[in-house]
Amino acid sequence: MNAYNFAYLDEQTKRMIRRAILKGLAIPGYQVPFASREMPMPYGWGTGGVQVSAAVLTPEDTFKVIDQGADDTTNAVSIRSFFQRTAGVATTTATRDATVIQTRHRIPEEALGEGQILVYQVPIPEPLRFLEPRESETRKMHSLEEYGLMHVKLYEDISRHGHIATSYAYPVKVEGRYVMDPSPIPKFDNPKLGDMAAIQLFGAGREQRIYALPPYTQVVSLDFEDHPFEATKADHPCGMCGAQDSYLDELIIDDAGGRMFVCSDTDYCEARQAAGHKGKDAA
Amino acid sequence: MTPLLSVQGVTKRYGAHIGCADVSFDLYPGEVMGIVGESGSGKSTLLNCMAGHLRPDAGQVVFDTRTDGPRDTITMSEPERRMLGRTDWAFVHQHARDGLRMGVSAGGNVGERLMAVGERHYGDIRDKATDWLGRVEIDASRVDDRPTTFSGGMQQRLQIARNLVTGPRLVFMDEPTGGLDVSVQARLLDLLRGLVRDMGLSAIIVTHDLAVVRLLADRLMVMKDGRVVEAGLTDQVLDDPQHAYSQLLVSSVLQV
Repeated sequence: MNAYNFAYLDEQTKRMIRRAILKGLAIPGYQVPFASREMPMPYGWGTGGVQVSAAVLTPEDTFKVIDQGADDTTNAVSIRSFFQRTAGVATTTATRDATVIQTRHRIPEEALGEGQILVYQVPIPEPLRFLEPRESETRKMHSLEEYGLMHVKLYEDISRHGHIATSYAYPVKVEGRYVMDPSPIPKFDNPKLGDMAAIQLFGAGREQRIYALPPYTQVVSLDFEDHPFEATKADHPCGMCGAQDSYLDELIIDDAGGRMFVCSDTDYCEARQAAGHKGKDAA
Repeated sequence: MTPLLSVQGVTKRYGAHIGCADVSFDLYPGEVMGIVGESGSGKSTLLNCMAGHLRPDAGQVVFDTRTDGPRDTITMSEPERRMLGRTDWAFVHQHARDGLRMGVSAGGNVGERLMAVGERHYGDIRDKATDWLGRVEIDASRVDDRPTTFSGGMQQRLQIARNLVTGPRLVFMDEPTGGLDVSVQARLLDLLRGLVRDMGLSAIIVTHDLAVVRLLADRLMVMKDGRVVEAGLTDQVLDDPQHAYSQLLVSSVLQV
């Protein structure tokens, strides 16, 4: 593919995005505006994540894409083949072999190490958006650290449901300063955000924002003293590999209400099955 | 005695028009000041200048802060001013919808200021919210209902509870009884009078309703065309108005 520059975007654009990424890494959790480009895919399909990936990819990298934990869904397949064609980089589905991982809605079960970059696709970067509609006001609230409103949302959860019912996109506070939307990952993944060895980059294409967590950043999920944060998952083992500690998808398997729970992280599940672990539903 | 709020020469222009011009007065702790005048006389502009919502073109608004003593709130930094706005100050809007979060339950509305100043214990926040609903005569069973299901008078009382929960020392009120029918007005005034006396609040009340200031205010300022034309003790101004406009205002009140 000589018709495209390496990784689709031109060098000046990548330079602009890298500057936003560096600024984001320097101020963890702060939303850096950037001049988001039109990408050959619709908004909502990961245009922000794709631009960030394009800016950090080098020819030596190995690339992996996850969509809701899976390597084989539409979004993951199409973005992986996009960079295969435009950048010619090696791709993999194995978490430990990848140097750049673009993800939608999950953090891999396997702990990431130094030298790896995790790129999140973010639909709405502003955690205060549905509480305060004015962007001018939310920016002011961030700059003045006025985050009382975020707890009003959690208060409403408890008063209505008896517990904090927010189960994804659960707000976190970064290094005691910025409140951040961790993208719609399940709150089960929130504890992995903090103190992670890999670099975490967040790209929102339509909203034109990039933010970042450098390695080993302190990330705290917001909560109340008498209603502490809890990382929840379905209370079952994986039907395929028997894992007790992974985040599970619930699948409906017939018209009679039959269901099974399987790991949402397909690579994790397959690796465990290859190692001989077997769940109760495995063939 | 140090005045709680000292306003000196506050002027606000909208282009060539005068919003309010050269207004000065002192407000002492525990005192209630009424500001009356017709529509467009600059009452609300003055109130917004004092409460930090508008930046006046000239003048000083000196507030006696708890920690640092008298400070000019116009030249202090925005974070400090906003901090005052959710701790020592309260602002009651004419329309409860402007002062409430309509999508959030009554308890959440009252609790917001508590959470904004760092309360992080759900049970405590809820207890205080319930207590305050009781104080403004809203049944505790309504704590999880949204203000959209409340009547106009209840919304206004909820707005007051939401503002007073952090124990402010100065309350700004913009036509607090506007748009309410007379019996609801009377109860609200009763409630406000009780709260002001019990908590030792200072308040500045902007209204065009002379009955409201007669009941609540210790002192009165009459404004016309952006200027203060007469000021004094409430009873004195209302019973023996000196300025022609004050006389007109007092004689315009309908007698039943």
